[in-house]
Amino acid sequence: MDALMLDGNAVAGLLQEVFAAEMTTAIGTCSGCGATDAVGAVHVFRGAGIVLRCPHCDNALMRIVSGNSRVWIDCRGLRALEVAL
Amino acid sequence: MAGAAVLGRLTWLVAEVVDIVPETPRVKTIAFDVPEWRGHLPGQHVDVRLTAEDGYQAQRSYSIASAPDSTRVELTIERIGDGEVSPYLTDELRAGDQIELRGPVGGYFVWEPSRGGPLLLVAGGSGVVPLMAMVRHRAATGSDVDMRLLFSSRGWDDVIYRDELARLAGDSLAVVHTLTRSQPDGWTGYERRVDAEMLAEVGPSPAAGPHVYVCGPTPFVKTGAEALVGLGHDPQRIRTERFGPTGG
Amino acid sequence: MPPIISRGFSGRRRDDAPPDRVPPGQYVTNDFPVLSAGPTPHTPLDQWDFTIVGEVDELHCWTWDEFHALPSETFTVDIHCVTKWSKLDTEWEGVSVDTLLEGTETSAEYVTAFCDGGYTTNVPLEDLTDGKAWVAFGYDGEPLDPEHGGPARLLVPHLYFWKSAKWVRGLRLTATDEPGFWEQNGYHLYGDPWREQRYWGD
Repeated sequence: MDALMLDGNAVAGLLQEVFAAEMTTAIGTCSGCGATDAVGAVHVFRGAGIVLRCPHCDNALMRIVSGNSRVWIDCRGLRALEVAL
Repeated sequence: MAGAAVLGRLTWLVAEVVDIVPETPRVKTIAFDVPEWRGHLPGQHVDVRLTAEDGYQAQRSYSIASAPDSTRVELTIERIGDGEVSPYLTDELRAGDQIELRGPVGGYFVWEPSRGGPLLLVAGGSGVVPLMAMVRHRAATGSDVDMRLLFSSRGWDDVIYRDELARLAGDSLAVVHTLTRSQPDGWTGYERRVDAEMLAEVGPSPAAGPHVYVCGPTPFVKTGAEALVGLGHDPQRIRTERFGPTGG
Repeated sequence: MPPIISRGFSGRRRDDAPPDRVPPGQYVTNDFPVLSAGPTPHTPLDQWDFTIVGEVDELHCWTWDEFHALPSETFTVDIHCVTKWSKLDTEWEGVSVDTLLEGTETSAEYVTAFCDGGYTTNVPLEDLTDGKAWVAFGYDGEPLDPEHGGPARLLVPHLYFWKSAKWVRGLRLTATDEPGFWEQNGYHLYGDPWREQRYWGD
């Protein structure tokens, strides 16, 4: 178990900066195992970039790289994302 | 869905130090005036950004300690000895200094009276900060929701907000301490790390369907959340905020 | 709006490093920050192996004991992370990639390093040979800590440190350059800190 791991809530600011919306209450469906979780409840790792992982199967749900006024987001680990309007 | 406080495009806001209050030997509360602040919900946090003269930047997240109150934002910060940011914030900042912060952010780890109760708050050290915002907001709004705070600290002098919690405790707010490393003479309370037995004794039963918030260092949160699920609490009703290896 | 300067803030950096050893945009630290894309794997050593696969004449595979029996060396290098910290004069012990590739015939020009936990990174083969890269199992005179990539990690100090893949389990030789975990999502395909090649398009 990793003492460094955080909850999705820890990257609320980054996600809101990117999506211009509150994202921690959005519900994601993992493309690996099909589990659904609030983004705020998934596991966050900080490497060269940020990785959000499914708490059930460790699948990388999102990868985020920030640099020079732009951000790259890989969401292929998320089959779907449900955002309340 | 949470209200306007959690929506909108984020920008870095200027925050000016207006007050500095020591809480414990290692912890200080710093009150900022943030003219562009639009309010926040208890449990939310801010991202703080510091820029050095040569352009070097460091960024950290800190939970908001204060209940919503116009443009005043209080952060309670534990000084981590070998940290890069917390020693600056706790040792160096003076009234009038400015930092940048972004927020409020985080709609997931939030409680408002409209969400109801009963509530079980489980705090490890500086993990009490976002939970204290919930305690303070509950008091300020006159809510009588059944709220129980189980608070783990190293020793009696390390208990953040100790006196205020004693004042606020009453009929429907229970504050239970566990002191894990040293206890004052005559101490009759818990003396060990939070475990399932303690949670069962302190918290509402799973059948009562409490909202549970667990906050503190990552290992503390992991142990606590697992114990709660093991007791039968609904995982969907347990919200966690891990602070990383050493805390906030 | 330019950021507000916070009076008296300087971070915890070394300011005495020779400038010719600090790539552009980097700050020198005395710490060794731990960054990770995922949970720390804990492969037992009796299940660990290291393989060379892909466009090769034959597979090569070493168990932990066999890997440790290979000639190894101690070496001191500077490392540069894309998140802007650099650490100078870090001491490692490891097996040179040249040693691992000895006797391997290949027409491949690229390598993908693959790791426990699924992390990958891509490097041109010529950037791993001629003394430029190692599979390191020791740091600062001790066995490499799991949080820093132990039991073994790739070490390619002349490129940004995300290329020095933690928990490495092998090298796959490829005909084409295949973007790895981070290279698929914004980080530069090559990653030369001296040309500040952090992101796509740099």
